[in-house]
Amino acid sequence: MAVTDRVKPRSPRRQSLPPEGTKGVRRLAFSQQVSKWDVKVSPYLYISPFFILFAITGLFPLVYTAWVSLHNWNLIGGQGKFTGLENYAFVVAQPYFWNAVGNTFSIFILSSVPQVVIALVIAAVLDANLRARTFWRMGVLVPFVVAPVAVGLIFNNLFADQFGLINGVLTAAGLDPVRWHSESVASHLAIATMVNFRWTGYNALIFLAAMQAILRDVFEAATIDGAGRLRQFFSVTVPMLRPTVIFVVITSTIGGLQIFDEPRVFDQSGLGGADRQWQTLTMYIWELGWGQRNFGRASAVAWLLFLIIVLIALFNFLIAKRIASQGGRK
Amino acid sequence: MSSIPMIEQTVSKGAARAAARRGPGARGPRAGRGSARRPGFLTYGFLGAVLLASLFPLYWSFLVGSHDSTVLSRGIPLLPGGNFLVNAAKVFDSIPFWKAMGNSLIVSCVTAASVVVFSTLAVFAFAKLRFRGSKGLLVFVIATMAVPTQLGVVPLFIVMSKLGWTGSLWAVIIPGVVTAFGVFWMTQYLRDALPDELIEAVRMDGASMIQAFWYIGFPAARPAAAMLALFTFVATWTNFFWPFIVLDPSNPTLPVALQLLQAAHFVDYSVVLAGAVLATVPLLLLFIAAGRQLVSGIMQGAVKG
Repeated sequence: MAVTDRVKPRSPRRQSLPPEGTKGVRRLAFSQQVSKWDVKVSPYLYISPFFILFAITGLFPLVYTAWVSLHNWNLIGGQGKFTGLENYAFVVAQPYFWNAVGNTFSIFILSSVPQVVIALVIAAVLDANLRARTFWRMGVLVPFVVAPVAVGLIFNNLFADQFGLINGVLTAAGLDPVRWHSESVASHLAIATMVNFRWTGYNALIFLAAMQAILRDVFEAATIDGAGRLRQFFSVTVPMLRPTVIFVVITSTIGGLQIFDEPRVFDQSGLGGADRQWQTLTMYIWELGWGQRNFGRASAVAWLLFLIIVLIALFNFLIAKRIASQGGRK
Repeated sequence: MSSIPMIEQTVSKGAARAAARRGPGARGPRAGRGSARRPGFLTYGFLGAVLLASLFPLYWSFLVGSHDSTVLSRGIPLLPGGNFLVNAAKVFDSIPFWKAMGNSLIVSCVTAASVVVFSTLAVFAFAKLRFRGSKGLLVFVIATMAVPTQLGVVPLFIVMSKLGWTGSLWAVIIPGVVTAFGVFWMTQYLRDALPDELIEAVRMDGASMIQAFWYIGFPAARPAAAMLALFTFVATWTNFFWPFIVLDPSNPTLPVALQLLQAAHFVDYSVVLAGAVLATVPLLLLFIAAGRQLVSGIMQGAVKG
């Protein structure tokens, strides 16, 4: 019974042989009708809970931000009069805005570039025929489950200007202690270190997965051609990982340009240092919106941040495409 | 010419040996690079250093958290002190730690469950059913993953305060109930994991669509759903920006509470770092229990994405 049921044509034949009489025919027509509707309507039925919720929680806010950014809008008072692009003009004229743009980019570059390079190296090493593979893979992923706020607090202490471990090591090595919490580049380095701590292992696993998807034949061919391990890494592995590298770069761009948690807890005030040495764009949004209670301006910065992310993503994409086509010509 | 079969032979022999070592649980075309040569001391040394770098900040946190507040001014400690419980007690005194832990647990569980349920349902349609506009809608959803969450923060706050939900857990849960990532992740998986023929077969046998989903689609999606739940749980647990904005300090999630430890004018770092340890322990336990799945989830997502 169960076996014959799996034979496809059987069921329709059973349906197409109704009991005699018009009643049976009508019932058949009805059940076919239901089935037809089932096929047509079900997909929409299944996606609709997702899309309704997604529209409310995800899409509506995006559009509404644009609306808010065009108005005078106060945290307490609510919607004020329509002001057009005034909020944008105001924000763009602020030195703090450009300071935040610069800081965000500086922290982003300092974190993403070493992160991708180190992750590639770790992945290449993990790709070897290791004992206890799972142990090492899990080991590099431990930082991923530490909340960014906890990471921020811990590194804030490690990078403390006085009595910090890192300055302790520096002075023990005969160097001058670095003022991590007052010099702008130093603070960016410290914050980038936190980001790298949390994400390098994660990205290494992504690269590792991509490496393992490369067919063995390619490496065999390279071995036959006399390429050593290092040469294979640069001439075979890295070029074949290009799509994955692009993926990692784009996701880390999206994440990196939004950075908030780590710099927020890098000192007590949360404004990014006495002179806003490490205030990022998202921290600036927070300051405008919840510090100064100006939702219109905060929304304007949010939209500008979005535009920046889109531009960078496009830029990444174009560069990646160009590199890809050049590689093809070789 | 004669060297080629020789190399092939050594390579394949090595691969067989490696496969044997890998054991029956392993899969995939190859485990190690080309040759099956065991890596040497340098490789393990490098990995050991990476592991140390991964664990050291946590150890440091425990180290400082187990001494009193003056420890760092006396020099760098090497071994843990006996003060951890005292500092932990101070953590419990100064922030609503257990309440925050409970809140984080509720928010993370509810969010993970709802993301999984709504994504699975939608993805069954996206991956396996044909309907007008399916491709466009899917691309649209995935494209929104590039939109920063900050973009929606101001309006979300306006909506939440109009509803009177600011300060309540609903304000944290509701914006997270569905994610574009969930749909992206599950679609990748279900497309391969569930053959179209299977659905056609049960349909032929007279199953309705919802039965096909429940008996065929849902079970096939379960491994990916478990990983999605794990990821959503970790992401929600560690999330800070939105809960920080919308919750009261009296009713926080763990990261929000943790941040409060440092907000005082006089900062006792032994207490702050003891708090960081306490807040990290639950996720570390989860990681020990499910870290293997998390690893394979990341690697699977990477290959398909």
